[in-house]
Amino acid sequence: MKNLLEIRGLQIRTPRGKDVIKLVDKVDLDVGKKQSFGIVGESGCGKSITANALMQLLPYPLEVSGGTARFDGKNGEVELLSLTADRMRSLRGREIAMIFQEPMTALDPIFTVAFQMEEAIRFHNASINKKEMRERALEMLRRVNIPRPEQTLDSYPHQLSGGQLQRIMIAIALMNNPKLLIADEPTTALDVTIQAQILDLMNELKETADTSIIMITHDLGVIAETCQHVAVFYAGQVVEEADVGSIFHQTAHPYTIGLLRAVTSLGGEEKKLYTIPGIVPPGGLWGQGCRFADRCVKRMDKCIKDMPALAEVAPGHKCRCFLHSGEVEA
Amino acid sequence: MQAQVKQRALPGNESVLRLIWQEPLGRAGLLGVTLIVILAVLAPLISPFDVAKMHPKAKLAAPSFVYLFGTDHFGRDVFSRIIHGARVSLVVGIVSVSISAGFGYIFGMIAGFFEGKTESVILMIMDVIFAFPSILLALFIVSALGTSIVNTMIAIGIVNIPVFTRTVRASVKSVKSMDYIKNARSVGLKPAVILFKHITPNVLAPFTVQATLALSGAVLTEASMSFLGLGIQPPNPSWGSMLSDARKYMEIAPWLVIFPALFIILTILSFNVLGDALRDVLDPKLKL
Repeated sequence: MKNLLEIRGLQIRTPRGKDVIKLVDKVDLDVGKKQSFGIVGESGCGKSITANALMQLLPYPLEVSGGTARFDGKNGEVELLSLTADRMRSLRGREIAMIFQEPMTALDPIFTVAFQMEEAIRFHNASINKKEMRERALEMLRRVNIPRPEQTLDSYPHQLSGGQLQRIMIAIALMNNPKLLIADEPTTALDVTIQAQILDLMNELKETADTSIIMITHDLGVIAETCQHVAVFYAGQVVEEADVGSIFHQTAHPYTIGLLRAVTSLGGEEKKLYTIPGIVPPGGLWGQGCRFADRCVKRMDKCIKDMPALAEVAPGHKCRCFLHSGEVEA
Repeated sequence: MQAQVKQRALPGNESVLRLIWQEPLGRAGLLGVTLIVILAVLAPLISPFDVAKMHPKAKLAAPSFVYLFGTDHFGRDVFSRIIHGARVSLVVGIVSVSISAGFGYIFGMIAGFFEGKTESVILMIMDVIFAFPSILLALFIVSALGTSIVNTMIAIGIVNIPVFTRTVRASVKSVKSMDYIKNARSVGLKPAVILFKHITPNVLAPFTVQATLALSGAVLTEASMSFLGLGIQPPNPSWGSMLSDARKYMEIAPWLVIFPALFIILTILSFNVLGDALRDVLDPKLKL
């Protein structure tokens, strides 16, 4: 396999009353080896559930209703979406790890950091002894630049700060050298200076740990700082996908343009922060045309009738918009 | 620095009893409960007379130094009967709450953890049990099983299962949505490990509070059932049946009503106040 992960036609749905509502609609993504892949979009676009689906961690009653996700694992190629629960469990933590948005609640408040780090090792290494586990945990804490690792190991989560906890979460995630790390808005709950530190840390670890990262965020600043390749999500679809330079400099989709304009910048000339009017239409309220049509400043009649296809507008740069390609989604 | 960190860990490890003692209401509840428990445990040692021993010469005697709380229409010592009654009440309370807490924990865990159809079915059954007034349902069960102390405990136990199921289910669901459970799953832990190691300890606080509060409810239900004649059977003393017997003599011997009623109130009040204090200490978020 050339890529680490190839997602094809991923669909996620949820029952609502008698109806079934689509939440993620035919998403294709390719994550390369040692690549950091950004997924960006507003809340409710299906970013997080796409990632959760990869680990079979969708909350009830959401379910995957189609598609494949082929993953080049340590023991050969596997299809993540159809793995049995047992095999999936042995993959979690060992090959795919995840970090979450709220470091303050991501560790169990009643156990020490050491206990929870050891738990993550023990499950995948039956033969390891207590002393080795502690050594391993200490080494990981040093790698994520925790000051006084010995002491931190014996602390409870409430004794540590958000930044420290997120470092520990990263340490836990990387403990078993996973091939893929999914970071679900890892910096959203942290303040700006800590955000920068965490992002630097992740960049640094990516270099040394031979791990691909899927970075889910709504912050284009985070994308600019960490990612090589970006997919922009809107209403359960990919609307634009390209390498990070093209996304920022040859922006094609009106939604991405809107997102870029809505970024706060220091010393900018605009007095008022730009916002895209309206909200993301929730699943079930998608029309047959372009899902961004309602909020789009460049809407044409065609946009309301037909759904544009995700078409290549430049080599490696795909966009779902009639401004750039007349192709209609089948 | 090491010492400083250790020190900060202290509030979490501080004895729950000590924290309760610091609050006036908590202290009152704790004292009341302790008093009842001591009386119940030491009943055979401190009761001045046998519970069934009749004193024909002292029927309906008013409280005095010989008969502390007076005597009933058979000449039995009310004080002795009350402290033995405390024993019965507490045993019934503890056993029946254990039954309801045990089953409620199991059902609540299953409902909260597995969700979907299992949850709906369990909740539906619990709603059906809930729909009956608790005393009525307990009376049904006892009349079906036959009157005995064991059946009384079973009946009260069954009646209280839904409350525990709901409490546990609600807490499991809220704990389950926390990131640390997601994290436990994403590092590859087995569901059983997550359930027992990460979810159970985190739902223990509301569970303990519920148990304390349910205990007073169980005591009251037992007293009501005995009052109606379907609880504890003579010659075993029970506060409820003592009250029931006393109805006929209320005007001439008010102590027959006053003391059992007083002890029922004292017990229930103490457990409720203790439960509230426990809740404030274990789960400050719930404090109103």
